[in-house]
Amino acid sequence: MPTPLAVVGTSVVKVDAAEKVSGRSRYFDDVPHRDALVGKVLWSRQPHARLVNIERSRALRVPGVKAIVIGADLPDGLMGPFIKDEPILAKGVTRFVGEPLALVAACSDEAAAEALQLIEVEYEELPAVFTAEDALRPGAPLLHPDLASYVKIYEAVQEGNVCSHTTFAEGDLDAGFAEADEVFEDTFTTQRVHQTYLERSGAVVEVDAGGRLVVWSNTQSVHLTQIRIAEALLIPQSKIHVINSRVGGGFGGRMEPTVQPMAAALALKCGKKVKLYLSRDEEFTFGKPRHSSRIDIKTGVKRDGRLTAKQVRLIYNTGAYADDGPGIAGFGAMMARGPYNIPHVRIDAYCVYTNLPKSGAFRGFGNPQATFASESQLDLIAERLRLDPIELRLRNAVQTGDTALGGQRYTSVGLRRCFEQAAARAGWRRVSASSSPTKRRGMGVAAMHHISGLLSAGAFVKINEDGTVGLVAGAVDIGQGCETVLTQIAAEELGVPMSDIHYAAIDSDTAPFNWGTAGSRTTFTVGNAVRLAAGDARRQLLALAAKTLEVSPDDLETVDRTVRVKGSPQRALSYRDLGAISHWVSGGPILAKGSFIVDGPGFDPKRAVLRGFPFGPLTAYIFGVHVVEVEVDVETGEVKVLKAAAAHDVGRAINPTVVEGQIEGGFAQGLGYALFEELCTEGGQTLNPSFIDYKIPSILDVPEEMTAIIVEEEDPHGPFGAKGVGEPGLVATAAAIANAVSHALGVRLRDLPLTPERVLAALEAKQGTLSPPRAP
Amino acid sequence: MATTKGDERLRMSRRSFLKGMGVGAATSTALATGLVKPRAGKAAVPPLVEGLSYVPVELKINGRRYALTIEARRTLADVLRTELNLTGTKIGCDRAECGACTVIVDGRAMYGCSLLAVNVQGREIETIEGLAKNGRLHPLQEAFIEYDAYQCGFCTPGQILAGKAFLDKKKSPTLAEVKQALSGNICRCGAYHHIFEAVLAAAKKL
Repeated sequence: MPTPLAVVGTSVVKVDAAEKVSGRSRYFDDVPHRDALVGKVLWSRQPHARLVNIERSRALRVPGVKAIVIGADLPDGLMGPFIKDEPILAKGVTRFVGEPLALVAACSDEAAAEALQLIEVEYEELPAVFTAEDALRPGAPLLHPDLASYVKIYEAVQEGNVCSHTTFAEGDLDAGFAEADEVFEDTFTTQRVHQTYLERSGAVVEVDAGGRLVVWSNTQSVHLTQIRIAEALLIPQSKIHVINSRVGGGFGGRMEPTVQPMAAALALKCGKKVKLYLSRDEEFTFGKPRHSSRIDIKTGVKRDGRLTAKQVRLIYNTGAYADDGPGIAGFGAMMARGPYNIPHVRIDAYCVYTNLPKSGAFRGFGNPQATFASESQLDLIAERLRLDPIELRLRNAVQTGDTALGGQRYTSVGLRRCFEQAAARAGWRRVSASSSPTKRRGMGVAAMHHISGLLSAGAFVKINEDGTVGLVAGAVDIGQGCETVLTQIAAEELGVPMSDIHYAAIDSDTAPFNWGTAGSRTTFTVGNAVRLAAGDARRQLLALAAKTLEVSPDDLETVDRTVRVKGSPQRALSYRDLGAISHWVSGGPILAKGSFIVDGPGFDPKRAVLRGFPFGPLTAYIFGVHVVEVEVDVETGEVKVLKAAAAHDVGRAINPTVVEGQIEGGFAQGLGYALFEELCTEGGQTLNPSFIDYKIPSILDVPEEMTAIIVEEEDPHGPFGAKGVGEPGLVATAAAIANAVSHALGVRLRDLPLTPERVLAALEAKQGTLSPPRAP
Repeated sequence: MATTKGDERLRMSRRSFLKGMGVGAATSTALATGLVKPRAGKAAVPPLVEGLSYVPVELKINGRRYALTIEARRTLADVLRTELNLTGTKIGCDRAECGACTVIVDGRAMYGCSLLAVNVQGREIETIEGLAKNGRLHPLQEAFIEYDAYQCGFCTPGQILAGKAFLDKKKSPTLAEVKQALSGNICRCGAYHHIFEAVLAAAKKL
């Protein structure tokens, strides 16, 4: 049994609380750079065109204009996390409406805006494709004819407009379907939705006296920003210093760079400090929405509900550039089996180029699409087999020790507890009374799994001269509370109060590498690095005390920031003493470090065929179950979520209140995804780039009865048993709501979002006609 | 007229701004006296923005008076942030869609991005910076901490001000009333449950 912990597991107030409620937090635009030139972007108006000429001479004559950069001015570097396919500015060809074509730096907004209007772009239109279906047709226009020559960080399987094709296969699919009593084949689609973090993206870049690029920005990863600028501008990473502000949300949209490479190119060109700050409509049109998808699933099942075989084809429309698309499609493939034991499986995921604005990471990373489809189909199966939807799922649910798709072992599975607790809290039942003759109520359930351990992170701990502690990790707090959680981990390991620790602001010169605040990985992955660093610091404190007190470290114990000799507590040195001794007398300043990477055990090639997967091992599976009750107005098609219970296995909850916030927030975003959010385009042009036309949930949309339930199935490899929770809150929500709507109406909706139009159309298709409205 | 120290700096920055614009050398005296129509300078092309009108403006913010000379077209949110360094007022969309810029004007929560500074002269303006009194947070701010009613924090000042304007008028509100009062402030992190719990809890203390 673990010893009781002092700080870990308690809902301490977050370390940034006072500054955030008093408006004192400094976000990107709160730090004045009054000496910066105004940067602006000329966006492409064509979805696919050859750039014959970009004429800037008139624009350059506008008073106050200092520089104009076009693609031809820039080095040939291409950037991208998995496939290096993207220039900072279009060069020779533009591939989406809203692609950056030129950059202006000027003394004022007005001068920059005027210059933009005077840049003349001569396009030669090329045929464009907007749907993945069209892009996959033989003879479809190719977005990237040079795809084969691009640098990739993995063995990518590519063809035509498919920039990445991932395959997972296990068992014998034909045998699995032959064994089945029933086989289900269904198709589901999902839409593009935008992260819409409330703080817009910006960057100020300056070339400093030493010729280095200094980048002030709001990003989820200073290190990825540094790396992408380096690869696009062909300069060493050491010449780039990225400094983060507070970040007003991210949700994946700020993992890869936003405007930083553009601002860097502009600053290099004009030799002056430049500021580039997107407007809200630019965020919508340039941003990186969640991929739309089409998912075909074929599932075989025995009459008793045991799943025998599953074949899935997922098609993700990634837009004009790959960005995180290959990772998203690959991860979607890995998640598409669901948290169920199925012996025979084949999953193919395709990441497809089209002439839409590029898509990217958004909470769930390919999993929301896969889970919506899989969990919707499970309800169709339950209905046909006349099984309770929860019972069907429990008959197949994985447990600790089972094998995940690809052959990795589940080391901690709290899935069954999630089902039990969510069902109990929501009052799970299959008969629902409606409140009015024109309204129908229904309940739905959906489960999900995800991972929380991937890639690498480092952390430093230093003991200050007065014994207080500096914690330097690369994990940006984008609102999920990681500064607090990581400080709790360090405080626990070091045996100091949290107030003794300062979590350092993040910049790429001082913070050790962290892939980014993403993938629900910070608590597990960065948390492990922090715990290692804090443990190292503690050992160094003990060693210094042993040397000073002339005893063996084994004879020492630490109590309340003091190292003392066991059995003679008067022989003791406080951390303050040891800080001073190390700085002035003996040993030198205490610098401790932790480095962590998820590097095994990996996938099992004997068990599974795995092709074109762009990640190494991923670990520390997390689970969740959402149960919702909805009311559908059959006259208007409106869906209202009345009640929700969301149970999540997060490992040990380092800070339970923060975990609940993540679950509730994820649910709210999932509700928007399920019911009304959709980024619409026509001819590649974004039609609704505003909060008026692109609705996100308000306080009136979330159910008043919402319970976040924490299930703590501790993972042996997590820091104090912790796993993660960032993304899961959203992943199962759309499926749970769709299942509830289907339950209410007796008709299945297979396409997100579940708009009133779709609800009414589904009812009409079922009934032949709408029921006439009743007289009052 | 009370003139704060900051005004000197403001006039300076205004001057350098004009110089940068290439619209001629306006003097600080001219700026301070009111409407100024900048003359075309040496540049061969006409000024970029014709007829920029600068006006003296007196704002009462958090009980303190500020005298400024600003362009008439500037919004209250912009002036708060860039002229007075009151950056607690956030601008999420700059077109009255998100509520991050919410301030209180004569007791009413309003979108600062959609008010012209010149039009709120003589009115009592409250921003997030004015809520704490004598170093002590407002009970609603305390409740936001206690109930963890924020995540990224960007919408938080606006949420708190919308809540305060509401609670100043409404004692013992219902949940439905709280939700209605805050429905103009979106929180993409979705901290809504914690937010309405915090407002309800603060209502009991006020």
